[in-house]
Amino acid sequence: MTFRTRVLPLVLTLPALVVVAVLFLVPLGYSLLSAFEETETGEFGFGNFAKSFEFYGWDMLFTVIITGLATLLIGALSIAIGGYLVLGGHPRLVAAMRWLYRWPLFIPFIVAAQCMRTFLAKNGIMNNLLVTAGVIEPLSAQSFLDWRGILFTFVWKQTAFAALLVSGAMASLDPATIEAARNLGAGKLRVLVEIIVPQVRVTVAVGMILSLVTILSVLSVPLMVGTGSPTMLTVDMAFRINSYGDYGVANALGFLTYLLAATVAWFYLRRGVSTGGTP
Amino acid sequence: MVLPAPRRLHGGDAVRVPAGLSFETADGWVPARLARLLLHGLAIGGLAFIIFGPLANLVLWSFAERWYFPHKLPLEWGFKYWATVFNPRAGAMASLSVSIVIALLTVALSLALSVPAGYALAKRSLPLRSAIMLLFLLPQAFPSLSIYINVARIFYEFSLNGTMVGVVLVHTLHGLVYSVWITAAAFAAVDHDLELAARNLGATASRAFFTVSLPLAAPGIVASAIFVFLESLDEFTGSYFVGAPEIQTLPLLLFGASMAGNYQIASITALILLVPSIAFMLMVERFLKGNVLSKVGT
Repeated sequence: MTFRTRVLPLVLTLPALVVVAVLFLVPLGYSLLSAFEETETGEFGFGNFAKSFEFYGWDMLFTVIITGLATLLIGALSIAIGGYLVLGGHPRLVAAMRWLYRWPLFIPFIVAAQCMRTFLAKNGIMNNLLVTAGVIEPLSAQSFLDWRGILFTFVWKQTAFAALLVSGAMASLDPATIEAARNLGAGKLRVLVEIIVPQVRVTVAVGMILSLVTILSVLSVPLMVGTGSPTMLTVDMAFRINSYGDYGVANALGFLTYLLAATVAWFYLRRGVSTGGTP
Repeated sequence: MVLPAPRRLHGGDAVRVPAGLSFETADGWVPARLARLLLHGLAIGGLAFIIFGPLANLVLWSFAERWYFPHKLPLEWGFKYWATVFNPRAGAMASLSVSIVIALLTVALSLALSVPAGYALAKRSLPLRSAIMLLFLLPQAFPSLSIYINVARIFYEFSLNGTMVGVVLVHTLHGLVYSVWITAAAFAAVDHDLELAARNLGATASRAFFTVSLPLAAPGIVASAIFVFLESLDEFTGSYFVGAPEIQTLPLLLFGASMAGNYQIASITALILLVPSIAFMLMVERFLKGNVLSKVGT
């Protein structure tokens, strides 16, 4: 029985563990070593980081601002969508919202990028609507294919995912607390902010952190939607590899993206501990 | 003189007035309700424009034979580029079959790894179980681009760059998170008493697995397979570093066409990639049932 109960489960799990170790842990270690290795001497040092800050300092700031802004917007919109689905208005409109918001969920990033490349272009539908509505003059139509396009695309694509998580959490809340607050005269917005959001805070944070990591991983959107400089660090990393074969600087930039994701996750966890888990 | 504010009832739940019996409901006067309904309707209409506008633009481009600024709509319409894409010599169909073969191999490898692992994680006692679950989640917690760069560097040593095997391995790493977590949840949702009943009636452990546990977990496993298939079909970054230029998947073809300014080819390729994604979105709930979803991550 020892083999069945002790060894067999490990044997069953082992192949999958080996794949994760070889294809994830080894490259991860490799990227860390390479980031802190001096290109000439092969010794430990910060040369790659000095070079990264010198060449890509603005792009770092740009990446932090875009990912931060996108993550905040995704969090706010997912709460708004989830809140509308739970607190509702006209049943038909709620059904329409439920059907509508999840469309971008399984649309690949590369397809979303191609959509935006046309939608946000000078002759795209976005400008057509603005011109038709009289918001802008036909000749002052401008392309949104810059930081606005990158931000729009990430929020467009990722909100569906965050809203799916958040609305699921909101739907499983005890309806009695919401009813009680409503009966005591609280408006819908107040119920959302003071009763519902504190109870689903963890889910909102998970949705936001996963979205942040995704945004820091996607190469196609900044390549196809953002034109010119500054740009996202993912584009710089691909450039260092493709044009110079410079793994040192690329991995230093990669380390900074790990650091950004880890800082946000840590900041959240610390806040969760300091409030003692009270809602 | 200060007049007391008119008393107003809040909340539709406080006082229930049967709909259609009264013009003044608990929510306020009829015009106010209408105005709010209109406002909500407009907001949802705006959202519909933001969600479907970009997709509509994709469709427009796929039929545009000539279109430039400041024209709002294409100057000439036609199927010319559809014919180009579906022409066997153009290479798009070859890319599609490469993508599908890679996705099928990725599904096969992911399931071969994750069905035993998911079963062990759900049904057997494992030392460090939560650490192992976490390890499978870790690739999703790190920005993956620099992982792919270094995978490509390691694969170069083993001549795996630009090969089908290399791309399948990278896609499997990406898909393994979903497949391990969802199959573990699917096995966890199988009633243990049914397995015990089979064992009591004399079935061996493996027979109980193949005739009871596996069939009952099948819908969840199918869902994870579809997930992995889609993720592989749509994957860009890993294929870009490990596969290109020898292995030309459909997303790589789309990227190349778009960057070269060939919006028609890029848009048609994007529409082909959209078909399985939207089909899955519309039927995801049929496979991923609540009892499995509630076990994810436990």
